Amino acid sequence: MTLVLEAAVLGVLTGGVYALMASGLTLIFGVMRIINVGHGALVVLGAYLSFAASRSLGMDPFVTLVITMPVMFVLGLVLQSVFIRPLKTDREALSVLVTYALALGIEGLLGYFFTANYVQLKAWYDTASFPIGDFRVTYVYVFGFLLCLAILGVMFLVLYHTTFGASIRATMLNRTAAQLIGIDVDRVSAVAFGIGMATAAAGGVVFGITTAFNPGSHYDLISRLLTIIVLGGLGSLRGAIVAALIMLVSEDITAVVISPVWASFVFFVILVLVLLFRPQGLYGVRVRERI
Amino acid sequence: MRRRLMAAAVAASGLVAAACGGSTTPTAPAAPITIGVSVSQTGDFSGDGKALIQGYDLWAQDENAKGGLLGHKITMKYVDDASSTQQVVTNYQNLITLDKVALVFGPFSSLLTIPASTVVARYNYAFPEPAGGGPHVFDRGLTNIFFVQPAAVEDNLVSYAQWLLSLPADQRPASAAYATQDDPFTQPQVDKAKSLLEAGGIKTAYYKVYPAETTDFTPIALQVANSKADAVILGTQLPDAVAFAKTFIQQQFNPKTIIETTGPDQGADYSGKLGANTEGIMVPAGWTADATAYGNDKFVSAFIAKYGGTSADISADAAEAYSVGQVVDEAATKAGSIDNAKLITTLHSGTYQTVQGPMSFDATGKPQGGVGVYIEQWQGGKAIFVYPASVAAAKPEYPKNTWK
Repeated sequence: MTLVLEAAVLGVLTGGVYALMASGLTLIFGVMRIINVGHGALVVLGAYLSFAASRSLGMDPFVTLVITMPVMFVLGLVLQSVFIRPLKTDREALSVLVTYALALGIEGLLGYFFTANYVQLKAWYDTASFPIGDFRVTYVYVFGFLLCLAILGVMFLVLYHTTFGASIRATMLNRTAAQLIGIDVDRVSAVAFGIGMATAAAGGVVFGITTAFNPGSHYDLISRLLTIIVLGGLGSLRGAIVAALIMLVSEDITAVVISPVWASFVFFVILVLVLLFRPQGLYGVRVRERI
Repeated sequence: MRRRLMAAAVAASGLVAAACGGSTTPTAPAAPITIGVSVSQTGDFSGDGKALIQGYDLWAQDENAKGGLLGHKITMKYVDDASSTQQVVTNYQNLITLDKVALVFGPFSSLLTIPASTVVARYNYAFPEPAGGGPHVFDRGLTNIFFVQPAAVEDNLVSYAQWLLSLPADQRPASAAYATQDDPFTQPQVDKAKSLLEAGGIKTAYYKVYPAETTDFTPIALQVANSKADAVILGTQLPDAVAFAKTFIQQQFNPKTIIETTGPDQGADYSGKLGANTEGIMVPAGWTADATAYGNDKFVSAFIAKYGGTSADISADAAEAYSVGQVVDEAATKAGSIDNAKLITTLHSGTYQTVQGPMSFDATGKPQGGVGVYIEQWQGGKAIFVYPASVAAAKPEYPKNTWK
């Protein structure tokens, strides 16, 4: 029983980190209607930027976010302008190709600068833990979860309590209508992409402390992140958080109660059942399009 | 009649000249050749792929410096397989049919070697390979494979099991926990160790196989820690090797002995992530920088000269790749040819000297009668041989120290 409880706690804590990584992906889809299959590579890029800053400046990995989040935000503005904005027709299909190419480009560049060797961010708390009852909780997961709460909290504040947030939500609801009422959707899209990349940097730092990674680590990541946002509902921030928690808790409990072999299977059973009854995902909006 | 006499005279003079070695025209240098390899430069095996390239390149450089392979200057051609079982097949197909390489060397892992060897066999190429030693590599009736490591993969943990069972009964672990990837490299060796230890009276406290795609190893590591086993035997690659050790540190779980199939043999790539906590962790190893095997000292110094760092930074993968080249060089010299059919025939007999020790192959390409796989243990920031006593640089640290 202790082990199940331990797995559930671990699932919630790591689920928070995945929620952080998936939040940027779902926001980008919501605003721009593009499937950013390069998001895993952006998380890995964030982890490498923190790794470089931490190694060269001797900074704590979490403190490196002061540098990496703004850098990734600006990079997001540039990438959106150069690669995504020119896509005027058939955006959803073309965006998959463009962002996949982006992911391969990032992987290649990271391989050139950092080699293919596995690296990992180091901090005093990466192996430190404290007891709760019969089990021990690791500081790094708690810190990661708190970071997730802080960043997602700020994102909710921006989205629901600022004029710019209203522009983002309007664009998410109906891009054409938002344009008609005078919202600069290109600017909103660029900023949303930048925010998505900044959250990827934040997710990347926790990923980089808890996991040994190399430039190729994005393949496993993106498949998990995509399933999270499909379960949560494409474009729903709340959905991404709930789905990430469901995924990690169900997988971790299955791994300890039944077998790690069945962990992903159980999650996919949940995913299929949800999609059978709610094809738009847990919090997604049903869209009817004329074809 | 006169013409026939003339021909006989010319032939005779030719024979005399040949017998005396008297040719006045210089021999044309042998044509340069390309050796093709599919290497994982991206994907799960990219770290190991990089080490393979280092080993192959260093061998080619050494070989060219002494005149080439039977006089043929060597160019290595690498193609990325992205750690994919489909891509590796396409790569070897292209290397042989489009690039028309003279020879091919193997990729990383049994997972990629198995599909690759089938297509390579179709073209009757020899397939010396450094890292595909799972049982299924050898049970498909192919005769072109030569696995250049001291023992077949399933025997990798035999030395470790023998060492544990050789301990006095009151010191021997009472229980063991096993966790392994469902990978053809890791699982067979863990399963064999389990059967040997169970037969020796060591109780199994936990056994779990997890998918190779697993990214979150913590729940499995928690279960291993929860089993409170005295011995922990893990079938890992580098990322899970590090993740397991970190979770054990976090949980303050201190077994008497830990061995991981891969990870601790990766030099600084491993120790850089665990620091002083590498102390006491073991790994089966056929090669170490300090070994006195044939040409090993030269390999180590040449490696450091070419790539920098220290001997602790050299991955065993690089030594295994270098050994592939050594075996091919000796076989080519013995056969007097780099023809693939002749190399295949030659490699099935005789013993070949490598930086991993002497090696020979049975009909399926499985290494035979070699030195076996040793146990390496991290002690004082360095991985050294600790078993068997004949090669040990120090005694095994047992029980392992508690985490720092």
